[in-house]
Amino acid sequence: MNAIEISTIRKQFGSVVALDNITLQVREGELFGLLGPDGAGKTTLMRILTTLMLPDSGYASVNGWDVQRDYRSIRKNVGYMPGRFSLYQDLSVEENIRFFATLFGTTLEENYDMIRDIYSQIEPFRTRRAGKLSGGMKQKLALSCALVHQPKVLFLDEPTTGVDPVSRKEFWDILSRLKDKGITMFVSTPYMDEASRCDRVALIEKGRILDVDQPDRIVARFPYPLLAVRTQGDTYRLLQDLRQQPWAHSVFPFGEFIHVALSAPVSPAQVRALLLEKGYQNPEAMETTPGIEDCFMELMH
Amino acid sequence: MFEKAKLRDHQYLKKMSTIISANDLSKRFGAFTAVDAISFEVKKGEIFGFLGANGAGKTTAMKMLTGLMRPSSGQAEVAGFDVYRHPEQIKRHIGYMSQRFSLYEDLTVRENIEFYGGIYGLGFRQLRQKIRDLVAELGLGEVERHLVKSLPLGWRQRLAFSIAIIHDPSIVFLDEPTGGVDPITRRQFWETIYQSAERGTTVFVTTHYMDEAEYCDRISMMSAGKIAALGAPRTLRETFQASSMDDIFLAIARGAQ
Repeated sequence: MNAIEISTIRKQFGSVVALDNITLQVREGELFGLLGPDGAGKTTLMRILTTLMLPDSGYASVNGWDVQRDYRSIRKNVGYMPGRFSLYQDLSVEENIRFFATLFGTTLEENYDMIRDIYSQIEPFRTRRAGKLSGGMKQKLALSCALVHQPKVLFLDEPTTGVDPVSRKEFWDILSRLKDKGITMFVSTPYMDEASRCDRVALIEKGRILDVDQPDRIVARFPYPLLAVRTQGDTYRLLQDLRQQPWAHSVFPFGEFIHVALSAPVSPAQVRALLLEKGYQNPEAMETTPGIEDCFMELMH
Repeated sequence: MFEKAKLRDHQYLKKMSTIISANDLSKRFGAFTAVDAISFEVKKGEIFGFLGANGAGKTTAMKMLTGLMRPSSGQAEVAGFDVYRHPEQIKRHIGYMSQRFSLYEDLTVRENIEFYGGIYGLGFRQLRQKIRDLVAELGLGEVERHLVKSLPLGWRQRLAFSIAIIHDPSIVFLDEPTGGVDPITRRQFWETIYQSAERGTTVFVTTHYMDEAEYCDRISMMSAGKIAALGAPRTLRETFQASSMDDIFLAIARGAQ
């Protein structure tokens, strides 16, 4: 049995198709990433799976429970960390944890081992009001509250959005350690670099799944050779010039380099020579391997 | 008379090579020092990245530079104006765009341009020309009279940016302008920034995306109220022996703990 089963789920809001016949399976114990920008449908899908919203058509189940018929069972047995900070700002850290434990008919003490890794980091602040915590600590508290009842499946909706890179990295370290407890985790994120921390990812854009697989397999499927090009200054002109070339399938800035996907064979030396001819300072060109973001943009095209 | 004064300023600004200079700039709230004697310069036409975690003092520093908050001590000049004596002049001569404070969704594209153009003091004829230019350049001909909320996020972003520079400011401040959009739209937006910088507009941008730091000519990273790193991305990577801006950020943040 798959931990999460999604079959031709469709959801429309007025004329906007938020989810367009989505089919997906998540295996037990997987750390599964749903990658896509704002408006892709991530939150809508998550709300359907956590039984907060009904689909227009299609079928979905969590741990074997149908999201429409067996919503009560799902609600008792999943953990959910929604987009914004969802806890009570004017209750203390400890009060929040105890509140959620009680809601699920259990106690903090009974489940302390489960959340110890995370909760111990904020325990020194247990009497502080949740509203006064830093971004990273709020995340940890929200995660603790989502885990306190030892759920089998954990849903995390953009848990690292708007949070600094240190806390982002720490958060994913925590999730990796949670895998040892056998929890299935379904995490959505707009940050493409987080794909590498997942067992498998689904790329989603405008309500459609572009690809689903292990991150390195998705990368292996990128259909063009890729060059990284840069010059000293003149980036805007370089982008326009490269786009004019018949061998350039796509040209995108990637930090200090420009990624050029080649539709025809051309060597780095040839590109350098061309750029020197056009008057660029210190042109550099080299072969490079694509990342998930290159793949995402190619699939979006 | 006002027109003549603006023209004089404009010509003066065109000759300046340093658009922002901050010297020991500080802000204290009671016993808490939010910004701790920061010093840096931004040159005309630069794309300058202003990075730092939430709580590092970034927002407070930006507020002082955009004339929204008076410093506690230190000096700063923006677009030729002193932040203590002429905050109102600063506001008139800079552009500003942020995620949260942007276009009016229930007004049309044209109405938004007219509204902001008016606020920035553009004359009637100037404004009419600007509308024509903007609509042509951004390809908004079909949607000029549509409500902004019907536009895709990427179009809105580029429109908001164009409106932020509608009065041809010498510098535009962008406060986390690319949150959440898809990777292609994000890059299209950065190309708009590149184009602007090429035309001589200085761009001061804050971002959470460390890879975007690489698009900048120089960056500064704030940590606990101080500037912990300042320079070109390539130089900083060498100095910190790091392979990415992310790693530099982690090194600095750990140092602060």
